[in-house]
Amino acid sequence: MSVTVNIVRAGVFLDSVVLMQISRELTAIQGVEDAALMMATPANWDILSDAGLLEEDTMAGPGDLLVAVRAQDRAIADSTLQRAAELMERPAQQNSTPRELRPLTLRSACRQLPDANLALISVPGDFAGAEARKALRAGLNVMIFSDNVALAEEISLKREARDLGLVVMGPDCGTAIIDGVPLAFANVVPRGDIAIVGASGTGMQEVSCLIAHAGEGISHAIGVGGRDLTEAVGAISTLTVLDWLERDVATHHIVLISKPPAPSVVDQITEFIRRSSKSYTVCLVGSDNLALPDNAKLTTTLKDAAATAVTNSKGLEALPAVQRAPVAGSYVRGLYSGGTLAAEAQVVFLSHGQPVLSNAPVPGAGLFTSERTNHIMIDLGDDRFTRGRPHPMIDPAVRDEPICAALSDPDVGAVLLDVVIGFGAHADPAGHLAGLLDRHGRSGSVVIASVTGTDEDPQVRARQVSVLERAGVVVAPSNADAAELALACLNVG
Amino acid sequence: MVDTAALAPAIRWANSKALEILLQGDPVLIDVLPAKDLIPELKEHTILHAGPPIEWDRMCGPMRGAVAGVAVFEGWARDLDEAGVQASKGCFDFHPNHHFSAVGPMTGLTTCSQPLLVVENRATGNRAYCTVNEGLGKVMRFGGNDESVRDRLAWIRDSLGPALGSALQCCGGIPLRPLVARGLTMGDEMHQRNVACSSLLLRELAPALASVVADHGDLSEMLAFMGSNDQFFLNIAMAMGKSIMDPVRNIEQSTVVTAMTRNGTDFGIRISGLGDEWFTAPVEMPAGLYFPGFSAADANPDMGDSTIVETIGLGGFAMAAAPAVAGFVGAGSVAEAAGITARMREITLGEHPEWTIVSENYQGVPTGIDIRLVVETGIVPTINTGIAHREPGIGQVGAGVVKAPMACFEKALRALGERLGIS
Repeated sequence: MSVTVNIVRAGVFLDSVVLMQISRELTAIQGVEDAALMMATPANWDILSDAGLLEEDTMAGPGDLLVAVRAQDRAIADSTLQRAAELMERPAQQNSTPRELRPLTLRSACRQLPDANLALISVPGDFAGAEARKALRAGLNVMIFSDNVALAEEISLKREARDLGLVVMGPDCGTAIIDGVPLAFANVVPRGDIAIVGASGTGMQEVSCLIAHAGEGISHAIGVGGRDLTEAVGAISTLTVLDWLERDVATHHIVLISKPPAPSVVDQITEFIRRSSKSYTVCLVGSDNLALPDNAKLTTTLKDAAATAVTNSKGLEALPAVQRAPVAGSYVRGLYSGGTLAAEAQVVFLSHGQPVLSNAPVPGAGLFTSERTNHIMIDLGDDRFTRGRPHPMIDPAVRDEPICAALSDPDVGAVLLDVVIGFGAHADPAGHLAGLLDRHGRSGSVVIASVTGTDEDPQVRARQVSVLERAGVVVAPSNADAAELALACLNVG
Repeated sequence: MVDTAALAPAIRWANSKALEILLQGDPVLIDVLPAKDLIPELKEHTILHAGPPIEWDRMCGPMRGAVAGVAVFEGWARDLDEAGVQASKGCFDFHPNHHFSAVGPMTGLTTCSQPLLVVENRATGNRAYCTVNEGLGKVMRFGGNDESVRDRLAWIRDSLGPALGSALQCCGGIPLRPLVARGLTMGDEMHQRNVACSSLLLRELAPALASVVADHGDLSEMLAFMGSNDQFFLNIAMAMGKSIMDPVRNIEQSTVVTAMTRNGTDFGIRISGLGDEWFTAPVEMPAGLYFPGFSAADANPDMGDSTIVETIGLGGFAMAAAPAVAGFVGAGSVAEAAGITARMREITLGEHPEWTIVSENYQGVPTGIDIRLVVETGIVPTINTGIAHREPGIGQVGAGVVKAPMACFEKALRALGERLGIS
């Protein structure tokens, strides 16, 4: 036999939505057949009556709050009324302050931030072009972080941007520092008068960090996308950015980092530099075959690019004296998260007359297929490895298996690694690597690494270095130095 | 071949014109008159209903219940059973309210003898109509049809309607734009919550009503009826919405939504650039809270012309002004409510200059829904609504929030693309 109990709270008003929410909570209690809290207006009285929730002698007026419960027994009814009282007196939730209302579209983002002049686009590649076009038409410069943007789309966007007096950075632009503000993968470096323009993310990171180590700073670091200096794209973004930097009073020296450019764009670039009032370093990783005007220096490694850009007497950190370790194998296995760092290592090896293979070979290097008895430099950030998996800079675990394989390989005398830190990168790549080496145990090969980053980065370079050194890793001051050390260990350099 | 780049400025221009007409709307409640005097096509056995066009065989339970009830009320049938037989034999002529400058909440039935509120848009001169709100619970708009429902309709027809008409003529009409502006600052969003506007209206209307109703008993009854009905203003807000949106129709190339409405079976929208064509999709089920004795299992799908208030930027679009209403689907926090209004800003072209939200630093409510933005963002309009019982004759069982179906907007955009030669 069920029991119906009413309680009248005379003169108490609560909002009907609040009362309905409490009612729903009470109705869910085990043993409660129905329950309702309502202001006792005539209309509500009818509803309560139809629902069989009224006691015969209940008296209440429209200004009174009626709590009505029908339950399986008296005890349940009483505890439900008690619960109703608790719910009515429950204080307002503390976390009810409005959270920041993040815009969901470019249109509303522009409304929230009418002075913005740059949009960073990170959507699946098929949609990046459409979003970039919207941004350009809204008067915004565009940094396209997305990859897999078709070449024809890139050309069309860059031409439209040029006509509008804007620039498209990218696609696949992972690094930028605009007026001191880091975007995507970037390091905390001091402000200074050196600008970096590059088609390569990790290359710009390495150069900016080496400049920082030497005590100088960066005005801007601007990525233009890996295809910008091809014949098809025609260096549209590079030329736009160089033109801006020419007029930028904060910039005195410009470092241009690229793969060897198409011959047709070389003339445009060199002609621009010839007319420019500023000095340049042109770093073509893998090629020293370019005639430049007097105000420009050509380098083939990132380390040399940084060294030529720095004007103070401190210079770059010197290569530490190498203690020749007794290593068993004869070959170096480089396992890189940064594509340009892998290219730079190849350049160092080739400069010492050492043949080298790679999945992304620089001019003079061979294409790696399956031959293991060679020096091999693998770019693990290559599309082939990252499809459907995170980039090794974000998740260092994707490098674990190749590292273990290299350590177990009797032909390998030295394993070469890059550790890239900064915004966007893994929170503790050195710790991850140390843990892996610890689990794997000692082997006959030496592990050599460099850390691309600064002590101001969230991961703190000095801390990453000491973690690596405690794990038995030889840490070089730069990526190029790490490659030199590897050769020295094998006594082939 | 069409130059799509050249189309963009034309669409932008058409939409700015649409928005201008929308924002200049100056609705005034001027009269209450019998429907047959306002809509000449409304003969005996003609029934106007909510939503896009629908015939008896596809009507949901509560709409069938209301049809039977109104047929008895109009004297076309002796009882509900006979009315049902007549309906199934095709004795009634069904048309959407929207085709006759009218709107109706939930089932939204409009017939010849019912008194209609008349709202005139003084900026454009057109008028729009809506029935008088019957109150809460078992009422015809939620499919109620018993004697008590019909008696109330008769009292509205014979007493309240004529008195309201006289009172409005006496006071020269009540401007609604400022009244809604005040209501928004007092926590109304004009769909789910009309407490403030109903009270403000009564305050303006009471003196005139007192001067035209001689009998104190009758006057008292009318004041009590309006004073005890928190949703009395809803029907006025709807006629207001219709009067504002009708002049926005038929602007070539405009992508602005001019009507959203549901008949309990289909959800339909109209857009300015495609005139009077309906784009429909199956209605969705509301999520919400229920009256004692009822649950989601009793609920009818979404219904009513009341979405005209969302079409002009109120209701779900003005959720930030009425955070409590957000409690129908969530915790009802201020942040949740603000989030809903923020999402609606993603799919609208402008903000109302006078209808502002205090908690958003007096930012205007988002208005002027652009189907291109809806399709591009995947954000559909959020609608606040009452919930009817799925069976005929029972009435309201709860209230909640529902989403407009995306398919309507996609169909409309595709149709407009074809019209403009883009395939």
